[in-house]
Amino acid sequence: MTDAGTTAESLPESPAAVAPERDLMSKFDGLIAERQALLDSGVTDPFAIVMDQVKSPTQAVINGRETILLGTYNYMGMTFDPDVIAAGKDALDRFGSGTNGSRMLNGTFRDHIEAEEALREFYGMSGAIVFSTGYMANLGMISTLAAKGEYVILDADSHASIYDGCAQGNAEIVRFRHNSVDDLDKRLGRLPPEPGKLVVLEGVYSMLGDIAPLKEMVAVAKKHGAMTLVDEAHSMGFYGPNGRGVYEDQGLQDDVDFIVGTFSKSVGTVGGFCVSNHPKFEAIRLACRAYIFTASLPPSVVATAATSIRKLRHAHDKRRQLWENARTLHGGLKALGFKLGTEAPDSAIIAVMLEDQAQAVTMWQALLEAGLYVNMARPPATPAGTYLLRCSLCAEHSAEQIATVLAMFGATGRAVGVIG
Amino acid sequence: MTDRDETFAKVAELIEPFNKKDIELAEETSFAGDLEWDSLTVMDFVAAIEDEFEIIITMNMQAEIETVGQLVDAVAKLKG
Repeated sequence: MTDAGTTAESLPESPAAVAPERDLMSKFDGLIAERQALLDSGVTDPFAIVMDQVKSPTQAVINGRETILLGTYNYMGMTFDPDVIAAGKDALDRFGSGTNGSRMLNGTFRDHIEAEEALREFYGMSGAIVFSTGYMANLGMISTLAAKGEYVILDADSHASIYDGCAQGNAEIVRFRHNSVDDLDKRLGRLPPEPGKLVVLEGVYSMLGDIAPLKEMVAVAKKHGAMTLVDEAHSMGFYGPNGRGVYEDQGLQDDVDFIVGTFSKSVGTVGGFCVSNHPKFEAIRLACRAYIFTASLPPSVVATAATSIRKLRHAHDKRRQLWENARTLHGGLKALGFKLGTEAPDSAIIAVMLEDQAQAVTMWQALLEAGLYVNMARPPATPAGTYLLRCSLCAEHSAEQIATVLAMFGATGRAVGVIG
Repeated sequence: MTDRDETFAKVAELIEPFNKKDIELAEETSFAGDLEWDSLTVMDFVAAIEDEFEIIITMNMQAEIETVGQLVDAVAKLKG
């Protein structure tokens, strides 16, 4: 009989419950209480919405009610595109429902290669790697690129996936003030010149919908010998001559080292990617844990992505319509007297700024009951303790829908007392 | 005043605008426990310290610093 066996047998058959101070779940007591207080106030839980039916990129049924969707990232309205759906169905029929494996082993099918080829064409870059989500693309790229003794320099308002990429890696992490070129310059200037550095930026910051001064920031990064990675998740399809993103719009086609993006927004499915012209880019596939140690995307998903990306290249009418919708909604909300996250319609995200959680939840619920879904966002997801309702537009929103949305915001804003 | 005393005084001065509860500052005063700072306050404060002393306190280093005394030591070391 081994010692281990003796120990196991000596354990009581029905052990006492874990003491509260040793219960690992006790740390969530504050969160549980806060959520309960919110629900006790009688509101619908903003973080437990279920879409019973989705009828189009802009319409769903929520709680039995016809609802206009103004809080998805379906910017280009590709989710119901007939060609995209046909490609997905065909791949499902021909390749089955899943890959059962990693990209590195048995999980690379024809359409993973097709999606990467579509990305190379779309971005005009020599290298493209598809990840299972956008989150994992940032997680994998940042943690793999910057090693121990090297530096990652990131904007304070960066998305959680960028922060988590930093936390997963071993590099030294330095933050600079949101969108401040001077602050970035100063911080890079204080770092030792020898070690490798990666500056991580986003084209559009998703909470307020503001865009980054990438041209100046990339110039500063280059001045200090740093490489750059730009996350263009919220801009794909509608910035720049080829819809590549804010970096293309600001003339940086040949100046950014790595572009990270996602299939879950304009492309209309799920998945993430990185594109680059770096001659050694393929080595990422051999070193990146977030690429290697997870199952690859189902064939139907990559088939829809490849078709959608190829259509996005030529989606000039959708692009025009999306910007038209953004201008109309931004101008209309401003005229109603709402405080917005940006002075001008800089992106397809329009954030309505509110005073506190109570006001945000009341307004959000009133809009939902009127038949409009927007995102409610609160700290820590939002910068500087702000509460906001985030509207994201779709190229498929009709002029009539935008007019309805503005009428709903006007009536609800007055009823809740946000506007006069 | 020794160099360390001077650094302590300067750090204390930079803490003041963020010291909403008027906590008396000592070596062992902790940022999270005594001053009850959230992550946003820490971010603003660290930026102020970095600019005053022209140093960089990486997020990795920040994770190790819990008290005013530890911060003063870190600043002294980083100034070299």
